[in-house]
Parts: sequence; C-alpha cells; structure tokens
Amino acid sequence: MAAINPANHGLRRLSRYLVLSVVAVVFLFPIVFMIVSSLKPDHQLLADTGSLRAFLPVGDISLDNYRAAFQRAPIGRFVFNSVLVTVITVSLSLLLCSLAAFAFTYLHWFGRGLLFSVVLATLIIPFETIAIPLLLIVSKLPWIGVEGVTYGWLDSYRVQIIPWIADALTVFLFVQYFKDLPRELIEAARVEGATWWQVYTRVVMPLSGPVIATAAILKTLKMYNEQYIWPLITVQSESYRPVMVGLQYFFQLQIAWGEVMAYLTLITVPVLAFYLALQRAFIASIASTGVKG
Amino acid sequence: MASKLTRSNRAGWAFALPGFGLIALFIIVPFFFAFGLSLTNQRLISPNPTAFVGLANYRDLLGLGVITLEPERDAGGQILRGADGTPDYPRVRNFTRNNPDHPRLDGMREWFRWQSGDTQKVVVAKDVVFMKALVNTFTFVLIVAPLQAGLALLLALLINQRLRGINVFRTIYFMPVVVSIVVVSLLWRFIYSGDNGLLNNILSVLSFGLFRPVDWLGNPSTALGAIIAMSIWQAVGFHMVIWLSGLQTISPTLYEAARIEGSSPWQTFRHVTWPGLRNTAVLILIVITMQAFAIFAQVDVMTNGGPRDATQTLVFQAVQRGYGKQDISGGSAISVILFLIVLSISLVQRWLTREKN
Amino acid sequence: MKLTLTLAGALALVSGVAQAQTEISMWYHGAGNEEEAAILKGAIEDFNASQSDWTVVMQSFPQIAYNDSVVAGALGGSLPDILDVDGPVMPNWAWSGYLQPLGLDEAQVAAFLPSTVGRWDGQIYSVGLWDAAVAMMTRKSTLEKYGIRIPTLDQPWTGDEFDEVLATLKASGDFDYPLDVGMAWTGEWYPYAFSPFLQSFGGDIVDRDGYQSADGVLNGDAGIAFGEWWQALFANDMTPGTGQDPASRDTGFLDGKYAITWNGNWTAATVLDAFGDDVLFLPAPDFGHGPKIGAGSWQFGIAATSEHPDGARAFIEHLMQDRYITAFSDTLGLVPATATAAAASKHYGPDGDMAVFYDLSEQQALIRPVSPGYVVMAKVFEKAVADIANGADVIDSLDAAADEIDADIQKNDGYGH
Repeated sequence: MAAINPANHGLRRLSRYLVLSVVAVVFLFPIVFMIVSSLKPDHQLLADTGSLRAFLPVGDISLDNYRAAFQRAPIGRFVFNSVLVTVITVSLSLLLCSLAAFAFTYLHWFGRGLLFSVVLATLIIPFETIAIPLLLIVSKLPWIGVEGVTYGWLDSYRVQIIPWIADALTVFLFVQYFKDLPRELIEAARVEGATWWQVYTRVVMPLSGPVIATAAILKTLKMYNEQYIWPLITVQSESYRPVMVGLQYFFQLQIAWGEVMAYLTLITVPVLAFYLALQRAFIASIASTGVKG
Repeated sequence: MASKLTRSNRAGWAFALPGFGLIALFIIVPFFFAFGLSLTNQRLISPNPTAFVGLANYRDLLGLGVITLEPERDAGGQILRGADGTPDYPRVRNFTRNNPDHPRLDGMREWFRWQSGDTQKVVVAKDVVFMKALVNTFTFVLIVAPLQAGLALLLALLINQRLRGINVFRTIYFMPVVVSIVVVSLLWRFIYSGDNGLLNNILSVLSFGLFRPVDWLGNPSTALGAIIAMSIWQAVGFHMVIWLSGLQTISPTLYEAARIEGSSPWQTFRHVTWPGLRNTAVLILIVITMQAFAIFAQVDVMTNGGPRDATQTLVFQAVQRGYGKQDISGGSAISVILFLIVLSISLVQRWLTREKN
Repeated sequence: MKLTLTLAGALALVSGVAQAQTEISMWYHGAGNEEEAAILKGAIEDFNASQSDWTVVMQSFPQIAYNDSVVAGALGGSLPDILDVDGPVMPNWAWSGYLQPLGLDEAQVAAFLPSTVGRWDGQIYSVGLWDAAVAMMTRKSTLEKYGIRIPTLDQPWTGDEFDEVLATLKASGDFDYPLDVGMAWTGEWYPYAFSPFLQSFGGDIVDRDGYQSADGVLNGDAGIAFGEWWQALFANDMTPGTGQDPASRDTGFLDGKYAITWNGNWTAATVLDAFGDDVLFLPAPDFGHGPKIGAGSWQFGIAATSEHPDGARAFIEHLMQDRYITAFSDTLGLVPATATAAAASKHYGPDGDMAVFYDLSEQQALIRPVSPGYVVMAKVFEKAVADIANGADVIDSLDAAADEIDADIQKNDGYGH
C-alpha cells in the first residue's frame, strides 16, 4: 500500500470544504437576504435588492423594524400559539402513527392490506381540496368540556390540533423504517414472552431514533409553517391565531417590507432552534444503534 | 415460531385504530363529502336549492372537440393569403359561438392547433384553463420528481462525510425547508424581478453585460421554469434528510468491508449504499410525486396562474374555483380527478417497485 | 383608606353596569393597521360609555383573508352581529343570506355620497364612512418639462391625447416606464382600477340592465377597442406588466422610475410627503364615454343571524357621525362620506391637499356592478385583463370571459335579479 501523502490529503480535504461551501452559498442567500433586510429601512431595503448590498448589513442599520413589528401585531402570542399547537400535535402524531405503522409492519390481522392501501391513498389528497367539507364537519362535532357537552369546534386550539394528528406520510415513514429493522430481534422478544406492547416500547421504539427525529422535523415544519388556510377559516379570535395568519397583518395596502422581514426572521428562529436541537439528538441516536446488517 | 407472527387480530386493530380512525374522520370522510359535492351544482353559499347533476361538472372540465379549418377562398377558389403568404383561416369563434351547425362545440375554446397541408386542425376544449393546468402539473411533476430526488441524494452523500464542522453544512442545506414556502416565494419574487432583480443582475455581471434581462415570472416561456427551480431549491433539503436517515441505517462495517476489498467509491455506492437505500428510495419517490402534484402556494404567491395560464396547476384551479368563484362543486370535481390520476400513478409505482420475493 | 373604599365602590358600580349590557360582536378587516384600529376602538369606547344597553366587542382580521373568514364563518354558523363588507361584495352576502337590511331611513343617509350606501333589492344593507378614489398621479414639473397640457376635471385628457402623452414621456428616455397601472396588485385592484377604462370606452363587465349577460358588452366593439388599447400599453412597454414586483409598485414613482402612476388616494399622503406642491392628482382620461373611476369601499352591515339587530343598528348609527368620518379621513387620507365631514377635515377642506379626490368621487365615480355574481365577474375580468396584457388574443380572451360570466349567471339562476 502506498503511504498517504499528507499534502495530497490536505488538498483533498480543502476541495471538499470548497464544494460544501459553494453549495452552502446557494442555499443560504435568500435567508441572509431576509435577515439583513430586516435591519434596513424600507427605502434602502428596496433600493438594495438588485445588488450584492442586499446581503450586507450596510447603510442605515437598526432594530426599528422589530420595534414596529411588535407594535403592529401580538407576535409573542402568535408564536406561542403555533408552538403549543405544534408540540401537542407532533407528540401525539409520533405516538399514534408509529403504533399504526407497527401494526401494519409486524402484525398480521384481518383488513391490514386494505387499511394500509386506504391510508396510503390519503397521501394523495391535497388539504386545500377538502378544507370546506372538513370545516362543515368540525363545526358540528361534539366536545366534552367543563361546561358539559357542546357542539362545534370552531375558534379553539383543538380544531387546530386534532384533525392534524394522524397523517399518511408519518405512518409511511415509520413503516418504511420498520421494514429495515432486523426481524430476529422482534421474534426473539416474542419467544421470550413479551407482549406486542412490550415489543413496541422496549424493542422497536428504542431502535427508531432516526425515524422519530425525521418524522418529528417534517411534521413540525408542516404544523408551524403551513398552517394558513385552516386556522384562517376555523379560528376567529386573535388569541388563537398562529404565525402564518399573523403574517397577513403586515400586508397592508402599502407593504412594510422591513417589518415583514423582521417578522419572518422572528418566526423562523423557533423552528431553526428546534431543528438544531433535534439534529444533535438525531446523531446521538445513530451512534448508539448501528443496528442494520 | 411462525405462529407468533401470524395472527393477531385484536392487537393489530388496537394498534392501528387510533391513527386510522383520525385519518378516516378528518381525511377520508371529507373526501367522500367532496366527491358527493362534485355530482351536484352546490355553490359555496347560495339561497338556491342544490340539485344532483350527475357527471355534468366532469363533462364541463373534460369536454374536447376537433375543428378542421379550411383556408378562406375567394370567389374563384383561390386561397386568400395574408401579407406574409400564410393562408387566412376563419376564426374559431365562428364555430364555437352560437353556431347551430355545431351545437357540441358551443362555448368551447381553442387549446392548440397544428397544420396539415392547407388545412389546420384545432383542438378545442370546454375548459382550456383546466387542460393547461393538467399539462403544467404533469410537466412540473415529471421534471421535479427525478431532479429533486437525485439532487437530494447527492446532497445527502455530500454531508454524510466524516468532516469537522459537517453539522454546520447540514443545517445550512436544510434551511430553505425551515422557512415556509409562502415566505420563500415572497423572497424569490424579488430575485426574479424583471426590473432590477438580483438574478438578472448576477447573470449580467457574469456574462459581462451580454445577458439581456428577463422578466422571469412575467414571461410565459420562463415562468413555469422559474417556479420549478425555486421549488426544487426549497424542498431538496427535506428529501436530503430522508435520504440521510436511510444512509445512516447502513452499518459502518459494510463500508469497512468494502474498503478492505479495495472497491472504488462508485462500486461502494453501487453494491453497498444503493441496496441499503431501497425502502428509502420508494418512500422518496412516492412522497415527491405526491407533493409535486399538490403544488399550490408558489403559484398563488408568485404568478396567480399566469402569465397566460403558463403556471396554472390543478390544485390552484381547484382552490380558485371552489373558494374564489364559489363553485365548490366544480372545484371538488377537479380534486377528484387529481385524486384518480395520482392514485393510478402510485399504483403503477408500487407495482414497479414491488418487492420481488 | 377612604379613597380605596370609594374606588372599590366605583369599580363595583362599573362592573354592575357592564353586567346589564348585552354584548354585540363585530368583525372588522383592519388587523395590523394600528391607526385605523385606534379610531375604531375610540368610537367603540365612546359608544359603550354613552348608553347602558349594549357593549360592542370588536375582532379584527387581516384584510387579505377577511372575505374568506366571513364566508367560513357563515358556513360554520359563527358570524357576529356586525360585519364590515367591501362595497362590491355586499350584494353577494345579502343575496346569500349572511346580511339583513340595515333598517335605516333614507333621511339618515341622504347626506352620504351615493357610493357609500350599499343597496340591494331596494333596501339599504350597508353604509360606509368613506370612499376611495383613484387618480393619475404625476408631478407638475414633469408635465411642464415635456410641454404636456395639465388636464382638469372638466377637460380631462382624451384617449388620443393620453396616448401622445405616454409616447412623449417614453421618447424622452428619462423613465423606465411612462405609466404604472399597478399590475403587481393582483386581486380586487384589477376590476376596481381597470374596469373604469373599459367603461370609458363604452363597454362594461356585465350588462347592467338586469345583470343577466356580459355577451356583447364585455366583448362587443367597445370592449374590443379597450382590449386593443390595453394590450398596446404593454406591447409598447408603456407600463410594467404582470411580472412587476410589489416593491416597484410602492416606490417606482417616488424614485422617478415611472412618470405617472394610476393609484389610490390612500397613497396620496406618501406622494405628498415626497413631492409636496409639485404633486398633481389628475382625472382619468376620457376614451369617449366620459372619464370614469371606480367607487365603493368598506361599509358596515348587520349579519342575518344577529339576535340583536337593534343594538347593532344603534352602533352603526353612532359611527355615522361626522366626527368619526373626519377622524378616519384625517388619519388615513380616505374620502369622507359626507360634505360636512369633508369640510371639517384636514385633507378635504376648502384648501385641502386631497380635495380633488372628493370631486373625483362625486363626479366620475361609477360603482362596480351591483350583483351577487360580481365576486365571480371580478375574478374572470382579472384574468382577462392579465392575459391580454401578456399578449393573448384580445377577442378570444374577452369572448372567454363573457362566456364564463354568462355560464355562471345561468348556473345561479340569474342571481335573484
């Protein structure tokens, strides 16, 4: 074997970083544009859009846009609502969808094939096309609360949470992952007398770190970033509104672009933080499993 | 041994029911509701009574016809020609508007035409906008699905290296996904602007001023391409993450073995990586196809379906009709057609990628 | 000690009063617009303090999403007592049964600009405190520099003269575009701002005699003449097309990129700030059937499901006072609904810098078709003018639009006209 040439090795390393960095620039520039623009007064912001100045914090830099944005809309409230709805929905989704996926992958039961096909078929239905029928349904559904049985879920948190918990994509993610787990582990557990619930909690889920992280990220993005039409038509009180509806507060006849950018920057921070935190957990979970052969 | 895994009806239903029940109540039931609406003349809100109309909404969307246009001739039978020498043809509206000889063509509009000899064939459609939306949606899917899946895999391989600081790059590549598609579309409107847009200015600098500015979103020949490029840019990180989670389930010992046997990077990919990504590949292909068929927000924010229907898509049309024009039955009919299309495609996909054992 | 006791007593009294009041809920389209919200909140506080029967509680929605929220509210059965409604949309909501007649006397609205009173089926359904108006905004110095006649209300530019004006400005090479009609503002702006051009040519979106058909009106000779003129504007690069980014729309005129901008009075304050006395607000050109501008802005109505229409009406009557009309106009630059409020206002008084908009509203305003089908017509018209601007065949586009409008009217059994 040839001895490793350290200079050559360093060069290769450098070229790798070069490739990574060029790709990074392509992905980064609109986000830099957003953040930098949030610091500029409208007129300068718009004048800068055509040149590289759009990416540089130069000129009249201040936090005025942030101050104005907080004055225009209860941003804290919107972020709180979105985070609350997202956290509850995602947690329940991971639980119920992984349970269903477990049943679809490992258990043999009457109706399994049919039900799984039906679930997969629902992947195809774009939400926009069923929004009105769904609205008519939730406006009649019963609820048991402190004031007894009431009808109609409109204008609440539950209307933003419950219909979104189960979805085919999350089920499908788990199923595809479960298929790759070694069956011998499960069979061995069953032979030792474990119940299915025990197999699920003690064998399968501890090995599922990567897919849990992936599913959590994807679902979080859906809940936090894409909830617009639904809360718009089901929620009337400002106190329940999520961040995407709040964005519309900034689109007046004359759009305050600087404030828009400030708002966008603010609402993006929680998701980014979540992704960073999860990525760390995600990598740790991989280091500890290494299950596949 | 095998019996442990064969029958477990009670456990199966108990595990699947909570998730399935929610999907049934909040997706399947509303969809059947929408299907029912598509067979009526229901408006979003109207004081008029609802009536069952059968497949009328579908006929209004799918109706097609062909007209053969003979060139105009003068009294002597000579073909009349315009200044540039091409024959003059009667206008299509002579056939499709109040013409008792062609009742079937009434209200149809030209979709496209072609020349055959001296005559022209014109395909007319009851709903040209729908037809264009159909073609655009397919174009979008056919370009986006392979390109985005491939690029996402490349990126996943790129960031699956053991390098110091790789997490920073991982985060950066994922960033566009973290920003909502609505927001991304807004930002890219600035970049694509024809007046003083960033893209035009960059291309102009790179070509030393030779490049002539393009109104990317305002030009029928570039608008769909512009939306496709942006959509891939925005979503590729999403699929990169899925590829990555697949890559990371492949045991390092396999790579170790390949290295010891002295296989090239391509051989390693071909014989170790790719077989290990099988289930992930199926997942990604299906997910991208579904998402691409549902394209809506980009069009809504950036082009409104224009210019001249160059970016109409099925979901955009369904929303435009169902809400904007209050024609909920017509909008629902589009949804049902979309569902049937994607269902047949995914059945084919599943058959092609079925496990052969 | 004594002080705290008194305070507690006063609080008890206040809350006791509040208990006896019935709550009146109200939806409003102005979320995110702080100045507007402040005036409305003030008016609500005044009202709640002025009597002991009702308490008005307001819920604001972002304007872009407001109509969808109301339609969803009607579907889900959760409409409030008072709604505000955009003028041209009102007939749809009245016909669909979300609104009930206001129950106001004619005498109460006699002083209001006709375009601020919403009527359907012979009854008053809504009333507005202001109107909006559109003008050709430009600078006196620009017109003088190129020797262009300054038009007046009585003598607006003719269509040919307007084309010459644009050609002159274009030829100067000093501007990116001589005109900006605002193609970046998709949605209701298109029918609101562009259908008056069509009407000045002698066409219309729909035949207003019975509102049963657009055929021959939208795609007749006048419509085609409008379409060809409109297409030429874009083909000759006289105005930015549908690819215009919203930022250029907001700042292009201020930056000197556009010589003339077709814009609403709500931007007048910004323009005046930038150019002061040099600003001109000019009437629309006359293409043969008189200069026309759109009319009809936000108005207040009472939901059909309201259990307290008398309370809702009492509040709307309270709002109709001149002092609120003046306040809205002073803060937002809107055209006041009554002459007396205009006289008292900052911008529309005898020497007000926007007074011309009041005259425009009074003399040239034509409200959009008063039909429940307008919501559909607006979308169809929007698409037709966008397609024509992008080079689609004029006659085919107008035919298609007329057909679609007619088919929709038929499907809705004539919309109750």
